[in-house]
Amino acid sequence: MQKSQISRYNRLPYRLTRRLEKTASLIFKLALLFVFLFPFYWMIITAFKTYTESILFPPTLWPKTFTIASFVEVFSKMNLWHYLKNSLIITFSVITIQTLVTVPAAYAFARYEFKGKKIMWALVMLAFMVPNQITFITVYIMMARLRLLSTLLPQILPFGANAFGIFMLRQNFKQIPEEIVEAARLDNAGEIKIMCKVMLPMAKSNIITVTLFSFVTFWNSYFWPLVMTDNDKVRPLTLAIERMKDAELGLNWPTLMAGNTILMVPILIIFVLLAKKIFASMGYRGVK
Amino acid sequence: MTLRKGMQMKLKLRKRRTKAEKAAFQPEYSGLSRQNRLYPYLMTGPAIGFLLVFVFYPMANMVRLSFYDYNLVSKAKPIGFENYRTLFFVRDDFRKALGNTAIYTIGVVFFLILFAVLLALWLDPDSFMNRLLQKAMFTPHLVAMLSVAYIWSWLFDVEAGLLNAAIQFVRLSPLRWLNDATLAIWCIVLVSVWKSLGYYLIIVLSSLRAIPSEIFEAADLDNTPKLRKFFRITLPMISPQLFLMLITITISSFKVFDAVHVMTDGGPGNATDVIVTYIHRYAFRMNMKVGYASAAGTVLMVILMIATFFYFRMIGNKVHYQ
Repeated sequence: MQKSQISRYNRLPYRLTRRLEKTASLIFKLALLFVFLFPFYWMIITAFKTYTESILFPPTLWPKTFTIASFVEVFSKMNLWHYLKNSLIITFSVITIQTLVTVPAAYAFARYEFKGKKIMWALVMLAFMVPNQITFITVYIMMARLRLLSTLLPQILPFGANAFGIFMLRQNFKQIPEEIVEAARLDNAGEIKIMCKVMLPMAKSNIITVTLFSFVTFWNSYFWPLVMTDNDKVRPLTLAIERMKDAELGLNWPTLMAGNTILMVPILIIFVLLAKKIFASMGYRGVK
Repeated sequence: MTLRKGMQMKLKLRKRRTKAEKAAFQPEYSGLSRQNRLYPYLMTGPAIGFLLVFVFYPMANMVRLSFYDYNLVSKAKPIGFENYRTLFFVRDDFRKALGNTAIYTIGVVFFLILFAVLLALWLDPDSFMNRLLQKAMFTPHLVAMLSVAYIWSWLFDVEAGLLNAAIQFVRLSPLRWLNDATLAIWCIVLVSVWKSLGYYLIIVLSSLRAIPSEIFEAADLDNTPKLRKFFRITLPMISPQLFLMLITITISSFKVFDAVHVMTDGGPGNATDVIVTYIHRYAFRMNMKVGYASAAGTVLMVILMIATFFYFRMIGNKVHYQ
C-alpha cells in the first residue's frame, strides 16, 4: 500500500509537486498569520463599534457605524492621565534604578575575582529562580509595616536588582576580549575609566535590550500592582483598565477593548521601531 | 593543652603567611591594585543588598509564617505543621489547585516546545513571508497578559463572542468555553501558548542557525534521510536551548496568575484555580489568612526547587553541550 502511494507520488511531474508544495505552504502560512493577527484586529475593530453593534449576531467584521465614543468614554470617565502618569513614573524609576544597580554588578561578576564571589553568584542565580508570586505576601507585610502602601515605592523598590539582567549582561561582559582591557591598562587608564569608556560602549546594545524588556515588563505588570495597592492614587494603567470591567453594569466590550488598545500603543510603537534590535539580541538569550 | 593551642596558632600563622605570599607572587587576575580591591564589593553590593531585602528575607519570612496562625491583625500564634495539615489533608481545594497547575504546566510545556520546534524548522528559510510571520507571532509576547486575556475572553464570550458565532455559522452547537468546567483550563493553556509561542520560536530559530553547516553537508554526502538528520543532528545540537526552555516554561507556568485571574478568576467553581490564585485568594480575600497562604507559598517554592533540581540532574546528563 505504501509502496503504491510512493510510486504514484513519483509519477507526478516534478514541477507540479513543487508548485503544490509551495501553494500548500503558503496557505498554511497565511492561516498562521491570521491566527496571530486577527485577535488584535478584532480588539481594535470592537473598540470602534457602538455597544449595540458589538453584541450583534452575526458579528460585523467591519463596524457599520464607526465611532470613537468608547475612547472618549475611557478618557473622560476614568481620569486616564492620572493612571498613565503613575505607570510612567513606576516604569522609568524601575528601569533607572535597575540599570544603575545591575550594570556594575554584572561587570564585577564578569571581570573580577574576589572573595565570596561564588556565594554571591549563587544568590543571584537563586533569586533568578524565585518569582514575585512567592514573595508577595511578606513584601506586602513589610510595606504595610513601613506605611509605604499609599506611595509608589512598593511597586518600585522590590525590583531594584534584576537577577536576569545581571545574568545576561555578565555573559555579555565576558565576551569582550581581555586584550582590549590590557591595552587600556597599558595606557594607564584607571578601573573606572576602563569600565565607562571601554566596556560600557561595547555592551551598549545589550544594556539597551535588557532595559527595553524591563520597560515592557513593568508597563504591562498586573499581578504586583494588584496586590501592592489599596487605593486609586497609586494604581497604574493596567489596574485602571481591569477596574473598567467592574465599574460597568455587565461587560461593555467596546470600552474595554478601547482601554486595552491604549495600553498597547506604546509597546507596539517600540516594537515597530526596534524590531531588528530585539531580534538580533535574542540570539544571546539562553546561549551557553 | 596550651602547647597544642600554641601549635595550632603557629600553624594558622604559617598558613596565613603562605597565602599572603602566594598573592604577592602570583599575577593578579584582574590587575586590581590593592586599594582597588573594594571595587567588586562596591559594585555588587547594591544588587546583593536589594536581593537580600526583597527576595531572600521575604522568602525566609514566608517559611517562618507558614508555621503560624496569623491574619495581619491578631498576634501571630505558632501552630507547628497545622497549616500544612489543613492544606493537604483537611481541605481538598488545594489539591485541586495543584492538579490544575500541573495540567496547565504539562499542556503549556508540551505544546510550546512542540510547536516552537516544528514551526522553527518550517520557518527557518529567510524569506519575506517568514520574517513577517516571526514578527506577527512575536507581537503577543510584548503585549500585556491582561490585554491578551481580555481579547480572548471577548473571543470566547458565550453569547456575543466571535468563536461561537463562527461555530454557529457552520451549524454546530456553540461551546461554553470559559464557563465549561473541563474546557476552561484548556482555553487558558491555548491563550498562554498563543502569547509566548513567538518568543520561543525565535529562541529555537536562533539556536538552529547556530548549528555549523558543515555537519549537515557531511550528512548530505552520506545521503542521510531527513528524519534521521533531525533526530541525530538537529535535536542534539539544539538540546541545550530546549533544556533551558523547559526550565523557564515550567517555572513560568507554575506561577501563572494574570491569565487565570482575568479570564476565569479560578472558576467555574474552582475548575481553573491554580496555586498562585489560591495563595492570593487566601492571603487577600478570605480574612487575610496570611499564615495559611504562606504555607501554600512554601509548597510552591519547594515544587519550583524540586523541578529545577530534577531537570538539572536528570536531563542535564543527556543534553549535548557544545
